[in-house]
Amino acid sequence: MAEVLLSRALLALFPGVPRPVAVEATSVRELIEALDRIAPGIADRLTTAGPSIREHINVFVDGDLAGLDTPVQPGSTVHVIPAVSGGA
Amino acid sequence: MSRAVELLIGTRKGAFILDGEPSRRSWSIRGPFCEGFSIHDVSYDRSDGAILAGGGSPWFGPAVWRSDDLGSTWTHSSAGLTYGDAGPSLTKVWNLTAAAGTVYAGVEPAGLFRSEDGGRTWTHVEGLRAHPSRPEWQAGNGGLICHTIIADPADAAHLWVGISSVGVFETRDGGATWSTRNQGVRADFYPGPAPEFGQCVHKLALAAGGSSTLYQQNHCGVYRSDDAGSTWTEITPGLPSDFGFPIGVHPRDPGTAWVMPLNGADKGRFAPDAKPAVWRTRDRGASWTRLDRGLPPRDGYISVLREAMAVDDLEPAGVYVGTSTGQLYGSADEGETWTVVAENLPPIASVDVAIVER
Repeated sequence: MAEVLLSRALLALFPGVPRPVAVEATSVRELIEALDRIAPGIADRLTTAGPSIREHINVFVDGDLAGLDTPVQPGSTVHVIPAVSGGA
Repeated sequence: MSRAVELLIGTRKGAFILDGEPSRRSWSIRGPFCEGFSIHDVSYDRSDGAILAGGGSPWFGPAVWRSDDLGSTWTHSSAGLTYGDAGPSLTKVWNLTAAAGTVYAGVEPAGLFRSEDGGRTWTHVEGLRAHPSRPEWQAGNGGLICHTIIADPADAAHLWVGISSVGVFETRDGGATWSTRNQGVRADFYPGPAPEFGQCVHKLALAAGGSSTLYQQNHCGVYRSDDAGSTWTEITPGLPSDFGFPIGVHPRDPGTAWVMPLNGADKGRFAPDAKPAVWRTRDRGASWTRLDRGLPPRDGYISVLREAMAVDDLEPAGVYVGTSTGQLYGSADEGETWTVVAENLPPIASVDVAIVER
């Protein structure tokens, strides 16, 4: 199992999802599919046409910026964080 | 239970609801809802009492929010709001229109979606983007957006849509095939005679009591059609400018409409001479009356965007305009006098009004 830490903004959109949440996955793609089974609709918030991870969403696997095909190991820690953005 | 007036406000920073009474004298503000999302339209579905909000987030993409309890709790979905993995990526929902149990969504890049379950899941109405003109559609300053959807109350298969910098389309077969409806509408930004499409419609409205009279505020003038959009007659004369965004129609009188002209497409796009006014016609556009009592008499560098005018169906009709700088003005007497409803909201993209039982 990998341990996923969703950002506060994502937890606000999907209340009830624990932090961290444990999922079974061998890639980021599978991890997002697994998250979507726990929180229906979250895949639409994280990915777009391509499919690809949304431009302003960053997924880090064990601290490294990841793509959909990045492997996820048992025991990995995965952060899902919106990119920083300025302005008002 | 008593009758209440709900103003549904979409802003760059979520949605707000203003609760009022039929007197429309005082209001209380609730919100923000749909936080983190720029909300381009908030609509009331009379068929089931739901409030629907559409917009997008730069991080999380497009979404339709739904509340079944007049705004106390919300859910969100974009299931099916996609052009597929081949793209293009859908970025925002610009318009939500409920009609006869179906909800339509107009989106960016321009296209139309349909929901038969109140906005929880969506199906692409492929016929619009299959129109032969589509490879030539170009984005305007606000993007390539399908911002207006009108459903004929007498015929569920009959719709009109408006797409910025592309024009008006009409379908009579439920969206399978579409025809351009821009004849008679200027496109001053093109050389030569007006093209079949490419006109920059800013807002469309269907007049009360039928399926044939439409009004249009365009980038290049204000127009009326008496034949369901097949031909348009310009009704700009009498207005201070041919440029503006919204147009509202009377709930009972097909000859009455309201616009809010701005000083010009190539100027600052704020109130002419910084003296805001709503203008009303009572005679199908033959003449216009300036209505400014209660609006800022000077130094009013405000603008009102395409979705940010609403008309209620009380007697007399109430008219509401929201500005891109966060002021909301209301009139309970068809525009004769105005009061400040709210003055410190985020930039307002949309205003809608619902009469409900609470």
